[in-house]
Amino acid sequence: MADHFWISHFLWLVPVVPLLAAGMLSVSGNSRRNRAVILTLGAQILSFILASLLFITVIRAQGGTEEVVRLAVNFTWFEFGDTALRLGLLLDPLNAAMLVMVTFIGLLICIFSVGYMSRDPNFTRFFAFLSLFSAAMLGLLVSNSLLLLFICWELVGLASYLLIGFWYQKPSAAAAAQKAFITTRIGDLGFFLGMIWLYRETGTLLFYDGGAGLLEQAALHGLATGTTIGGLALSTATALLLFCGAMGKSGQFPLHVWLPDAMEGPTPVSALIHAATMVAAGVFLVARAFPLFAATAGPDTVATALIAVTWVGAFTALFAACIAVAQTDIKRILAYSTVSQLGFMMIALGVGGVAAAIFHLIAHAFFKALLFLGAGSVIHGCHDEQDIRKMGGLRRFMPATFATYAIGMMALAGFPFFFSGFWSKEEILHLAQGWPASPIPFYLALAGTFLTAFYMTRQMVYVFFGNYRADQASSEKASESRPHESPPIMTVPLTVLAAGAVLLGLVATPAWPWFHHFIEGGAATLEFGKLFTAGTLGLMLLSIVLVAAGVGAAWFLYARTSLGTAERDPLERKRPGLYRALAQRLYVDEFYDATVIRFHHAAGRAADALDRFVWHGLVMAVSGFSVLLSRASQAVDRRFFNRGFDTGCETLRTSGGRVSRWHTGNIQTYLAYIGAGLVLLIVFFAWIQQA
Amino acid sequence: MLTLEFFLIISAALFSLGFAAVLTRRNVIMILIGIELMLSSANLNFIAFWRFGPDPDALTGVLFVLFSIAVAAAEAAVGLALIILIYRHFKSTNTFNFSLLNG
Repeated sequence: MADHFWISHFLWLVPVVPLLAAGMLSVSGNSRRNRAVILTLGAQILSFILASLLFITVIRAQGGTEEVVRLAVNFTWFEFGDTALRLGLLLDPLNAAMLVMVTFIGLLICIFSVGYMSRDPNFTRFFAFLSLFSAAMLGLLVSNSLLLLFICWELVGLASYLLIGFWYQKPSAAAAAQKAFITTRIGDLGFFLGMIWLYRETGTLLFYDGGAGLLEQAALHGLATGTTIGGLALSTATALLLFCGAMGKSGQFPLHVWLPDAMEGPTPVSALIHAATMVAAGVFLVARAFPLFAATAGPDTVATALIAVTWVGAFTALFAACIAVAQTDIKRILAYSTVSQLGFMMIALGVGGVAAAIFHLIAHAFFKALLFLGAGSVIHGCHDEQDIRKMGGLRRFMPATFATYAIGMMALAGFPFFFSGFWSKEEILHLAQGWPASPIPFYLALAGTFLTAFYMTRQMVYVFFGNYRADQASSEKASESRPHESPPIMTVPLTVLAAGAVLLGLVATPAWPWFHHFIEGGAATLEFGKLFTAGTLGLMLLSIVLVAAGVGAAWFLYARTSLGTAERDPLERKRPGLYRALAQRLYVDEFYDATVIRFHHAAGRAADALDRFVWHGLVMAVSGFSVLLSRASQAVDRRFFNRGFDTGCETLRTSGGRVSRWHTGNIQTYLAYIGAGLVLLIVFFAWIQQA
Repeated sequence: MLTLEFFLIISAALFSLGFAAVLTRRNVIMILIGIELMLSSANLNFIAFWRFGPDPDALTGVLFVLFSIAVAAAEAAVGLALIILIYRHFKSTNTFNFSLLNG
């Protein structure tokens, strides 16, 4: 291991390079466009090269052994009293794979942004934020300390806030940015409490520290056996608190509301949030802290925290997929699809498949980045139109975008055999099926699979098939409003991502589960026979049938009827009540409006009334009293002190005036006084002589 | 026999006359003459106290008076020079006309 250790010296560079780029960009002028592009892309490329080197190093160090390679570099941040707060960097297969994914997708998104944002006046600012976003996410990945992870976690939140609200002139964008920040912050509160609690119980926040770390045997045993209120194991309680943070960041059910609204940001930002950085953070946190989540006192029980993760994931997967069916905004459909897919990842984590979750995360990152950038290309080509009802027939106008989007769609829907999404979802379903606690999450996931195929097909039909519908609305200027293909700087990243979305599937098929052994240790062998074992084959057939049913149902519903802004959705024609509920996102936002936000408004109004009447009254009383006092003081001053002083002055003046009359200026008068004085002196001395 | 009191009374009278001239006359030259009279009375005192003093043979009083007369001459010269300047400035030697230092 020692000969591989040199690379850990470069680990810190991976997040620091984009951070430096962000810092330099933030102080440079807004007109330096070329410099912004060179700095951002340069930093991303450098990070990507470093991440790839690290990845290769880990692969070689692993070398097919059962042991998982884990390089931790810890250092003291500061000391207080006897204790020292230590931070650390970590390199293991989990984050090595993530690093490559994040830097690679980040790089492609940056390239795409150069084209997409080319007309924006705040070009430089955008790239500064983009770099900050990457830096924060990379820092999150390499940290070996819950505290360092939390710091980067918050930086990710900050960068997302800045980017979602990038067009801050739009009120909706500003509101969406705040919503994202506040919603994730609610989860972060849990994270923070969990972190403090863990520190109190174990005295360390390092994940791995040569046996003394948080995720190592000694600490885990203590946490799993200790109990807190209600007989809950300490590990369960803290893991659930950490999961609150993950729920916020990864958009799991009660806290998913910010994610669709985050579409207000520029499309490359949506791609970055949904694919590489923001939402991946929550899944990564659970994966990183998985030993804590899985810690149990006995050997044969299922950890309570993991049960919660599974249920939340399963519910979110189906819930978001349902909502995605009835959305009409191209990016919003993708957003709900992301929420749903994150649910799948959580299911995978909950049933114990860290490798499956991370593989689905990476595969999803590729095809979701592809879909978002494709959607960006569509929006760009359709002159900032986002309503899928006003698109249609774009297949003819934008062939490159269509081809790559179709690949992304098929990967997301889980088309069999050639797409990464198929294999990663298959793995999750397989694990969910064998979960001992309950079979229901498996069925929820199956329903999610069906709906995913359904809504993606619906979107494809709306956007790329049929006739171009915006022409009908404004036929007189049809020629100039004709959609156009995007420039190569935007289509090339799409092609690269499409290739990734397809090829990535090869490293995690049941026949050659290289990725799983890479994450969890062990050597991968090529065995085609595994494809045809009874369980695998049956499940594969089942999911193929489900996907085919979803695609077929959507095709049957949408491809054969006329679509448009005027006509109602075919689904709405059949089930108007259900469709409306789904189109209104199952009233979750309304529910929050009616409960949490109304409560906040009421509390705000109460505070305002308190301010206005009680505190304001108090302040006014105090100030009135002061004014009264000062009036009295002024009166006393004026009546007594001023008058006394004035009288004194006046007396002095008049007496002075009188005395000054003696000064005639005539020298003889003075001499007369002297003479008088002389006479007096003589009289005085004469009188003394007498006495 | 002439006594000391006799000389002192004459000297006091002379001084009073001079002082009266200084106080009452409005012409500056007349005031200067009054001052000379007052000086003479002082000189007379010197001589009288010397003559009736303990040691009349020493020439102390005479010498003193000689110095005093020399100083008075110098003083008269300075006074006349001042008078000429005042006259040039005010075109008058009447003290009513240059009471600039009045309060």
